[in-house]
Amino acid sequence: MTIEAIQEELIDEFAMFEDWMQKYEYMIELGKTLPLIDPSLKTEDKLIKGCQSKVWLHSELKDGKIEFTADSDAIITKGIVAILVRVFSKQSPEAILTADTSFIDEIGLKEHLSPTRANGLVSMIKQMKLDAIAYQTQLNT
Amino acid sequence: MALDVQKIRADFPILKRQVNGYPLVYLDNAATSQKPQMVIDAIVNYYSHYNANIHRGVHSLSQEATDAYEAARKKIQQHFGIQHAHEVIFTAGTTHGINLIASGFSSLLNKGDEIIVSALEHHSNIVPWQMLCERTGATLQVIPMNEDGTLAISDYSKILSEKTKLVFVNHISNALGTINPIEIIIQKAHEVGAAVLIDGAQACSHVKPDFAALDVDFYVTSAHKMCGPTGVGVLYGKETWLRKLPPYQGGGEMIKEVSFEKTTYADLPHKFEAGTPNIAGGIAFGAAIDYLNSIGFDAIEAHEKFLLEYATKKLLEIEGLRIYGTGTKKTSVISFNIEGIHPYDIGTIVDKLGIAVRTGHHCAQPIMDFYKIPGTVRASFAFYNTKEEVDRLVAAVSKAKQMLT
Repeated sequence: MTIEAIQEELIDEFAMFEDWMQKYEYMIELGKTLPLIDPSLKTEDKLIKGCQSKVWLHSELKDGKIEFTADSDAIITKGIVAILVRVFSKQSPEAILTADTSFIDEIGLKEHLSPTRANGLVSMIKQMKLDAIAYQTQLNT
Repeated sequence: MALDVQKIRADFPILKRQVNGYPLVYLDNAATSQKPQMVIDAIVNYYSHYNANIHRGVHSLSQEATDAYEAARKKIQQHFGIQHAHEVIFTAGTTHGINLIASGFSSLLNKGDEIIVSALEHHSNIVPWQMLCERTGATLQVIPMNEDGTLAISDYSKILSEKTKLVFVNHISNALGTINPIEIIIQKAHEVGAAVLIDGAQACSHVKPDFAALDVDFYVTSAHKMCGPTGVGVLYGKETWLRKLPPYQGGGEMIKEVSFEKTTYADLPHKFEAGTPNIAGGIAFGAAIDYLNSIGFDAIEAHEKFLLEYATKKLLEIEGLRIYGTGTKKTSVISFNIEGIHPYDIGTIVDKLGIAVRTGHHCAQPIMDFYKIPGTVRASFAFYNTKEEVDRLVAAVSKAKQMLT
């Protein structure tokens, strides 16, 4: 599936909920189902420090696609991490670099991606894009 | 006398707000307090009617503005039991005041001298001293903390010596609400000839310290935690100390005469007040002090004690909830976690229910490291909070727990 198709799918899924509480309960569920990052990879260099919560992000290049695994110490942050991994993992570096994240606004979770929230998510997206640049360079040489 | 809380709440326009569809419950008073109409009016009135630069104009507006600003200084002097008005230095806030002292002591400290801070400090009360130590070769000593969030005062006596030149402790811990025994800390420091600076950022909205009775050398606080505006605060210093310290910043206002060969500095307090100050802020700070005194600190303390005891009892009924900072002397701050739940998650859910609390390490990472936690949820109450608001907090935290486990 393309990034856009996955984003559409997520928008549809979240549109089913009537209020924020159901939305958050779903997000908490998503957080719980996120494939955990291998504990050996939860190292300082994989850690994205937010003032409020921590995020660990690991990426690997497999057959020209980037696979992300990630974790967070806060479950709501982890729910959004799960959404971002679902959108960006197993995509080509180029697709990741050209994708935008405005779908997060559409599903009503914009406040979690505010830089002032300091939960590590904005830095996580930045790191995903930086990883994509690095892998793209690797593929082109 | 019991407070008429509903009458008081009517003074605060923001308390009528809705947040996320619910009436706002503002329990982040330790971060900043809300402002009564009287303080907002003082700012609007200044800019609407007598905005002018102070201390140098001969025209009428300048005189009016100067009078109002200096009247605010006098209010601060009286409020805190300060002997001379020129011992009241207006600052941009507590952090500014601390940095002013840290900078001033650069020329007074030598290698081998010691500075003592407490384990309960805010980052702003740790970093300037580390920087001062780097500049002077002095070393930093720390008064350790106990499990209940109080200071280990017996250890303080052990680290005090003739080498100690400065002791810096907060009056009340922002992260835990612990009231520190500053009377003993000051007395013991003076026995070895050390000066004491107290950070009162968290204290002055809850209690009314008397600086003369405390015999404190320096005391700093911020207006914005006392119902006043942001960007203004006060540094009190004993005159003898303020004369010893060199000026902090150069600029207008702080000079007597300037030539390229030599500049002489203005007398106190202007020596430490370079540049055009926050005039509206200073005047509104005075209005905030008037407002707090019109309610009365005895009534404030009694009401906040009631809120603290009620909220503590109610929150502890939630299974798995632990409160950090359980000393007998504390202000209306409750820092807590629920077993197995990250504080950020709780803060996020209760915000959706219209309740403002703080989550995180509260700029006091050493305390969080002590408890081996990433942070806490902190609910901090002011005199305008109600029993019903405590009930809403408890219900919201219970709801968050149910959703998150």
